[in-house]
Amino acid sequence: MNSAFALSSTTLLYGLAMVCYVGAFAFKKKTLATAGFYVLAAGFLANTAGIGLRWVESYQMGIGRAPFSNMYESLVFFSWTMAALYMYVEMKYKEQGFGVFVCPLIFLSIAYASFDPSISAKISPLIPALKSNWLIAHVVTCFLGYAGFALAFGLSLTYFIKPKQPGNSVIFSRLPDEEILDELTYQMVVFGFLFLTIGIITGAVWANSAWGKYWSWDPKETWSLITWFVYAIFLHLRMMRGWHGRNLALVSITGFMAVMFTYFGVNFLLSGLHSYG
Amino acid sequence: MNKLKNQDGISRQIWVFFCSVKLTVYLLVLLAVTSIIGTVVLQNGTPQQYVNLYGQAIYNLIQVFDINDMYHAWWFLLLLLLLCINITVCSVERLSLKWKIIFPDQIRFNADRFLKSKNKQTMDLTRQKNHLLDPCERWLKKQVGTVVRQTDGDTTLLYAEKGRWTRLGVYVVHASVLLLLVGALIGAVFGFKASVRIDEGNQTGRVFESKTREPIDLDFIIRCNEFEVSFYDTGAPEEFRSNLTIIENGQESFTTDIRVNHPLRYKGINIFQSSYGTATPDAVRMHIVDNTSNTEVTRDMRIGDTVDLPDGAGRFTLQGFLPHFEFRGNDLGETFFGLVTPAGETGFQIGMPVRFPTFDKMRQGQFTFVVDDFEKRYYTGLQVTKDPGVWYVYAGFILMILGCWVTFFMSHQSVMLALVPLDNGQTRLILSGKTSRNARNMTLKLKNMAARLENLLSRGDQI
Ligand code: HEM
Repeated sequence: MNSAFALSSTTLLYGLAMVCYVGAFAFKKKTLATAGFYVLAAGFLANTAGIGLRWVESYQMGIGRAPFSNMYESLVFFSWTMAALYMYVEMKYKEQGFGVFVCPLIFLSIAYASFDPSISAKISPLIPALKSNWLIAHVVTCFLGYAGFALAFGLSLTYFIKPKQPGNSVIFSRLPDEEILDELTYQMVVFGFLFLTIGIITGAVWANSAWGKYWSWDPKETWSLITWFVYAIFLHLRMMRGWHGRNLALVSITGFMAVMFTYFGVNFLLSGLHSYG
Repeated sequence: MNKLKNQDGISRQIWVFFCSVKLTVYLLVLLAVTSIIGTVVLQNGTPQQYVNLYGQAIYNLIQVFDINDMYHAWWFLLLLLLLCINITVCSVERLSLKWKIIFPDQIRFNADRFLKSKNKQTMDLTRQKNHLLDPCERWLKKQVGTVVRQTDGDTTLLYAEKGRWTRLGVYVVHASVLLLLVGALIGAVFGFKASVRIDEGNQTGRVFESKTREPIDLDFIIRCNEFEVSFYDTGAPEEFRSNLTIIENGQESFTTDIRVNHPLRYKGINIFQSSYGTATPDAVRMHIVDNTSNTEVTRDMRIGDTVDLPDGAGRFTLQGFLPHFEFRGNDLGETFFGLVTPAGETGFQIGMPVRFPTFDKMRQGQFTFVVDDFEKRYYTGLQVTKDPGVWYVYAGFILMILGCWVTFFMSHQSVMLALVPLDNGQTRLILSGKTSRNARNMTLKLKNMAARLENLLSRGDQI
């Protein structure tokens, strides 16, 4: 087995998990959701193996570096963090419903990495500036943060799918009720915010050790700060202004748009120091 | 401050204005939205670039609002200043109001609030209250903390709490924001970011500010002994390394290597490896071929030297060197330049790319000039920075992480255990709790605690 095989299997399994969750949602079958969870867990194992093998392979090639340093690797890792966090939340809170919104994100991330021809899966050596342990800390924390926001996004979307009167339609009975949605969204934003904060900070420390400046208003930096502002707004609106429910969900959705722009938009539309997400 | 609060009039109004979280939200929204501008509009470009990109009319607008250096524009800094005042005023106000409540001289609790709370677990035990009191108190002390005991008629109330200080977490976060901005300000006022190129073997104590190119003199002299670059098989650079010696008061202090990500930090000055290139060589060996007689002479020259051409045909000056010479869209690489002045005529300039020795021959002049050999040297490009504010910024980073952690994941929890004797000789235990955040978790926690307590007490007398 090699990393390429493991990661192709991951893509397949995540796709299958997504189908299960969508099926569970559409046909209100609990067993399908449970099956989805196990498929997702299998995909997660394959994903973990794929990342680990890629690490090993880089050493075999004589390059020897952590697998977190280009667009391909970051997408694969993003799938991993989202899957890990989702499974944790599903187990802890016993809520299966919102997998239908999260699994597509988990699948899309790794599928995009595999299928977009402009994203190279090759293990290439690092340029000198990327050779830093801060890079690993930076990428890992940023993507844990993004995963928190992705889940919050999935949860926020359910507000707009669910009918206002609960119990109206059995189709939606699998979705968490409003109170839990609200609490979970908040928990995910808090998790994301903490890690985004650490991510920005490790990035700044790294920049200071590589270029002598901890902040240079590079577009990627600026956009991560914008994202941070949006979620700080979220937190204050909830804690101090008593916002809840749909309005707050809109802020969380806006925040995730900012995350997506930081991750992809900046690379494609703006120029700067960062070579990838 | 309290005086200010009680005052009516303008200062009071200003205080109230800054004392609102609404303002915080508006300011954060404004900061988020305006920050986008600088990522879309070119920053620190030349006037020409702006006119070409956006046209004159928009360039005028850009100038009025300093959008060419947006993150240092007065209005952006004003937003940051307002944010700072907002955080300070808000925190001072809230903290001064809450301090007495958070840290009272004596810890009191409101039993009714606990007894009415929804977060409550009740259990009836067959043992008498007197027998239960001590074990319960010991248990509560172990589970939570110091126990306060109160009696209310027949009922005994045991109260314990922990994490009172975590209520300060949010103020730590806010203080960290201020610390970060103070650090940034100190860096902007007392620091600099400069760069310098040093050829191998040369030294300098003067660097140039990155934006203005103003010279800055350091307290010491940097000598570059050697520069090395290594490549991967793919041709991509693997490592840049400069060997530097620091010279102070005419004496060598020490010698060290710097690499990308491994700068030298000395006396508050940071020296980073940032670029490299081929330095202008010292000595060059030249061939001068006389195409009419097919004879050839060899000359050792330095940049700036002039030699006579054979047979009094004129003169040749070696003028300079470029690491990259762009010729009809091609990069010819390292190239020397010379001035040929035939006797009695005006001079003309020629280029001599090292990689293309026949280049000058194509000119079809009487003489062909070829650089045969030169001692190749690198220059190292160093970034030299000073930032006395960085330690404040780092302290802010640490406080922010700690503060966020405390704010998000820790809470002030208080637990009350009421022991109520019942008519039938049994004792009713009511365990209830409050928390400053995450009430859902508290319910679960109380359930677990109640189960453990019941288990413990039903095991009999051995506790
Ligand atoms: C971007 C910078 C920030 C500004 C300008 C800001 C400003 C404010 C202001 C003005 C208040 C109300 C006053 C007060 O209660 O002390 C407040 C409250 C609060 N902020 Fe922030 N804040 C910022 C960042 C944060 C962050 C990053 C967090 C996350 C931990 C946070 C968490 C809170 C909380 C929990 C409260 C409620 C405090 C209370 O209950 O007393 N703030 N913030």
